[in-house]
Parts: sequence; C-alpha cells; structure tokens
Amino acid sequence: MFKLLRRTALGGMTALASLIGSSAMAVEIEYWQYFFDARVDAMEQLIEKFEAANPDITVKMTHFPYADYRTKVAAAIPAGEGPDVVQLFYGWLNDYIEADLIQPLPTDVFDPARIDEEFFPMVQAMKRDDAYYALPTAVRSLALFYNTRLFDEAGIEAPPATLDELVETAKKLTKLDGAGNITQVGITTGMTAQDHHWWREVLVRQFGGEPYNDDYKTVNYTDDAGLAALNFYVGLEKDHKVTKSGFMDEPQAAFKGNRAGMHIDGSFRIGSLNKVRGLKWAVAELPAGPDGTKSNYSSYWVNGITTKATGEKYDAALKFLDYLTSDEAMQVWLDVVGELPAKPSVGMIDANSTHETYGPFIKGLAYANTTKFANESAQRQAMVDMVGRIDIEGQDPAESLAAAASEEQKILDDYYK
Amino acid sequence: MPGYKNLSIRQKQIVWAWAFLAVPVVFYVVIRFYPTGSAFVTSFQEWNLLGTRAWTGLENYEKLWNDPVFWKVFRNTFAYLIIGTPFSLVISFVIAYHLDKTRFMHGFLRMLYFLPFMTSAVAMAWIWRWFYQPVPVGLFNNFLASLGIPQIEFLNSTTNALPSILAPAVWAGLGFQVIIFMAGLRAIPVTYYEAAKIDGVGWWTVLTRITLPLLKPTIVFIVVFSSIGFLRIFDHVFNMTTNNPGGPLNSTKPLVLMIYETAFSDFDMGYAAAQTVVLFTILLVVSLLQLWLLRGDATK
Repeated sequence: MFKLLRRTALGGMTALASLIGSSAMAVEIEYWQYFFDARVDAMEQLIEKFEAANPDITVKMTHFPYADYRTKVAAAIPAGEGPDVVQLFYGWLNDYIEADLIQPLPTDVFDPARIDEEFFPMVQAMKRDDAYYALPTAVRSLALFYNTRLFDEAGIEAPPATLDELVETAKKLTKLDGAGNITQVGITTGMTAQDHHWWREVLVRQFGGEPYNDDYKTVNYTDDAGLAALNFYVGLEKDHKVTKSGFMDEPQAAFKGNRAGMHIDGSFRIGSLNKVRGLKWAVAELPAGPDGTKSNYSSYWVNGITTKATGEKYDAALKFLDYLTSDEAMQVWLDVVGELPAKPSVGMIDANSTHETYGPFIKGLAYANTTKFANESAQRQAMVDMVGRIDIEGQDPAESLAAAASEEQKILDDYYK
Repeated sequence: MPGYKNLSIRQKQIVWAWAFLAVPVVFYVVIRFYPTGSAFVTSFQEWNLLGTRAWTGLENYEKLWNDPVFWKVFRNTFAYLIIGTPFSLVISFVIAYHLDKTRFMHGFLRMLYFLPFMTSAVAMAWIWRWFYQPVPVGLFNNFLASLGIPQIEFLNSTTNALPSILAPAVWAGLGFQVIIFMAGLRAIPVTYYEAAKIDGVGWWTVLTRITLPLLKPTIVFIVVFSSIGFLRIFDHVFNMTTNNPGGPLNSTKPLVLMIYETAFSDFDMGYAAAQTVVLFTILLVVSLLQLWLLRGDATK
C-alpha cells in the first residue's frame, strides 16, 4: 500500500514538474508485461532498485492477463500509446520486428560480440543483421519433478537417470483400485502441458533423430527415430500402464495432489509448487536416452525497446534494459520467480548450479535446444492430436506421426512463405 | 437559433425527435454497424494484427471451403443445435406443464429451476468438467466405479464429449425456458379448459388440442431463442476443454471457438473475419426464418 502511495505521489510530482515546465530531468517510462504473480513481484523489486540508482527516472509497470497481452501491445504501440520497454516471448520476435513494434538495440551499449560471449548461446536467436533486438533476464528449461514422499513409500532410492529406469520407477509408483482404474500415476503425461517439448526436443533426439531441419522450417521427425520416440511416449500409457492422459484433468494438478510420482515440467512451476502445503518434492535432470544422450528444451521471455520510445525516454529505456540484463537483476529473478539466469556468469556460480532445486534446470541449459516456433499453440495442437488419434481412435502410430508432420509442415510453410 | 423559431410546430417536433434519436443512432452506428462492416472488409484481407493489411480477394473464403476443420466445426455447430434445441424444449415444457399444476412450494421450486440460468457459465462449466473426470476425482466415474461398472470416458472421447458438454448447457438454459413456458400457459384463457371439462375430454386431448396449439407463439420464440444460443455456444465448450480447446480432435469445437482461436491464438484476423461472416449469415437465415414463422402466426 505504501509502495503504491509513494509511486502515486512520485507520479503526481513528475506530472506536476512537467506541467510547470521546470528544468527537472524527471522522465517516466512505461514497462509492460503479462500478469503472473511472481513476475510482477520480481519486477516491482527491480524497478525499486533501478529507481533508487536513477532518481531522475520513474518506471511505470502495467500488466495484463496473458490472453489479452499480445492484442493490447499490438493495438497500443502503433497508436503512440503503451510501453517504452516491452516484454515478449522469444517466438514473437519476427512478428514484432516485421510490424515495426521494436527497434534494434544500439551496438555501443549492447555490443553483439559481448552479448554472444556473455549469454547462453540460445539467446543468439534474438540477433538480426549483427544487432540484438531484445534480451532476456531469465531462461527456462525442463526437469523431472518427483514426489519424495511417494518415492520413500515405494522404497525408491534415487530418481531415474535413464528412460528405462524411468519406466521401472514409474511402475513402482503406479496404484490401481480394485476395478483396475488408475488412482495414482507413476508419471504424468499430456501433450497439452510441457510434454510436446519433451517429445520434440528431447525424446526425438534421444532416439537418434533431429526433429527439424533447415533452421526449424522443415519437419524431420517422420523417420524411425521419431516413430521410436512416439512409441516410447504412448507406450507409457498403452504398454506399461503407468500413466493416463488427462488424469486429474491436468498433469500439474495430479502432481500437486500427491497423486503422481513424477512430472516433467518447466522451471516456472517451482514457485507454485512451493506454495502447495503437504507436498514434498525434489527435482532431477531429465532422464538420458538409450545411448546416453541428454537433451532439454529451453524457452525465454525477452525485453525490447519499442519504436514509441524516442528522445530522453529512449535513453531512459536503454538504461532500464541494461539494468534488466545485469547480473543483479538475474539473481533477483531467480530468487523470486525461479527462472534461470540468462548468463552463465550468474547461472554457473556454485551456489546456483549445485542448488538442489535450480541445479538440475541450470545443468539442463548446457545441452538445451530452443524450438523456433512459427505458431506455438498450433504446433502443439498437432502433437496433441497426434497422440489423441492413437489414444482415442486407435490409429497406427506411424500413420498418426505422418499426419502430424504434414499438419505441422503446413503451419511452417504458411508462416515462412 | 433564429432558424428554429421560424419552423412550424410539426417541423419542431421532427427536430426534437431526431435530437433524441441521435443518441441510439450514433450508438448503433459506432458500436454495431461500423465493426460489422469492418469485419466484412477484413474478411477480404490478410492481417496478423501487428503488421499492415494486404488485400487477398476471396482467398480467405477459398481457404475456409477447403479446410476440413471448418466442415467438422460446421457439423458440430449444427449438432449442438439439432440435439440441444429439441431436448431443452421438451424438458422445459414437461417441467413447466407440471410446475404449473403444482401448488406446494411453487415459488421455491420455480426459483430452483431458474437458479442455474443466473449462475456464471464459466463456474458451471468447470464444476461439470470435474464431475466428468475419470477416477479418482470425477463424481460420476467414482460413483460408477463404486458400483463396479467400468468408467465412462466423458470428455476424452470423440463420441461422448459433445453430448457431455451439451448437457450442462441445456440445463443452464432450462430455467429461462421454463419461465417463458409458464407465462405462455398462464396466458391461455381458462374458459377453453372449462368447456373441455364440461364436454368430458381426456387430458391428452386437452394437451394436444388446446394447450399446444395455443402455445405456438411461445414455442416459436423459445425455439428461435435457444437455436441462436446453441449456434453461438462458446463458454461451456471453451471452459470444459481449455487444455485442448474444442477437443479431443476437434470433436466439440463450435464455430465461435474456431473464430476465437483463429483470431487470438493464430492471429489470422482475415481468416477469422471470413468465419465470422459465415456465422453471421447462418444467424441471419435463422432470424429471417423466425420472422417468417412469426408472421405466419399473426395472420392466422
């Protein structure tokens, strides 16, 4: 409340100062992000620190529900309203550049060579023609969450390190009622959650494939490796009977309700799992493939400077963005949101990389791949339907795989035409 | 205003009439007609909401015609209409018919039937979504399992999902239809029933020869009203299938949900506008049918 009062007072003073035309240098910039409790909280802390260090700049944060976010940004910036610094998903960059919503970062402040060196390599996807357009504070990766209480109960010592061990461990954790209905799953599944990333970037690679060619413009998982990965995935339910898609409505709900032994999810889930009372959990790296291959999927949100920012607001926006990509900001983001630092210099310090919760995620970053989506929700839908056709309609996995590939290729072709 | 003084009383009345009419006229033009027209224009364009618009002629409509998902969705939309309307009509009539004859706790019972209509569709859809879950969370399946009956896949099925979603939608609309039917029943003059009684006519004949024919305007209204409702069904479907909207495998997706997804998750505004124009046409045809039916009734 006091914070709000103070900010309102500050905002009022700024407005007053500009009204009476004083020579005060105060400048207010606007920052937009989508609403997610921990992210808003972390950003408030960062803004407070930034304003303390730069008393002549105030940052006003606005947030929207995720569902409206893109629409509002698109409507506001061309109209000269809206943010000076904006948060966007890495997959939206092309659309934002094409629509002239964000501007390239000046190379004197954000030297591309320095950024190449300092950030994790996947951030290079934000570079066009030797200039970066946007930079992340944090990145996310996947890991295996497991319920330590259920592990103890089943007498399991350690989380599975390979896919074979995963199946064996899951079998020990699965419980049935008298009629044979599953009442506790060994591992959650559901392509609607994070499993489509696990399948695409992890399982396909672990079975010897390469999910896409040609810089993610061509689907390449219709070979034996893709089929083996799909068979492994649907086999968890069909052959091993250690899971049920749609069990307890959502995978994370089953895990939160102590009804799932294992659950693959992103680092952003840490915060909400911490809030669940009576849930004891731990994290391990994703299990390695049959030949020992490790892989992971990483994604991130970035901050960019909009074309609306000019003059002194532009300078203030640069300063703010510089702060958001500083080591200090990354540590705050890790502590508050649980998202991983985008620079090895912060992520790989011992306190973080051996941290019992963050460690497995940060280790995963070293071998992570980032899918370049043309339309993430549509491409996910292709995966959801691929498994749905096998599950519900009993279609042959090879046929379903081929159908999914042609569906996804069509989405890519439409986008890159 | 010297010009105003020279006007005749009749002209002054017209000026005042238009002054007052201007408010709703402006409202309709800005809030209704302009966006409608704009949607028509957008349906001939390609636009991802961020960039510039490009004219594409009839390309969006061609795409729609050749899109298997659209035809699937088209069938679903009419499935909601064709299953939903008769069911809700018959159930609400039976309830209203008997409720009309009930004296005991009449007001309380009527309130109970009306309650679902006032409940938020979102909250209701989520509750039903949990009812339909498999063991161990789903109410229905837990009940079946406790009797030793195999579970039913309510939502995770291409055949059961649509009726499962339709059921709460029908239930939610029931209260309103019951009230309208009861009003219709009360409007039938008692003298007809008295005459029938004197003649010693059975209840079936009373129902089919007096009650139903005199309820025709009410029935027409409810049919049209609920038809438009089922053609525009969205909340129940979207909230009961948020993880896989309109799924599984598009088996529950209605046209409005397809429009929503095309616009706000694929950001293909032109294509979404073309779908909107199709929906508009369907609703227009239904509405014209309504006018035609009502006029037929008035001249009788």
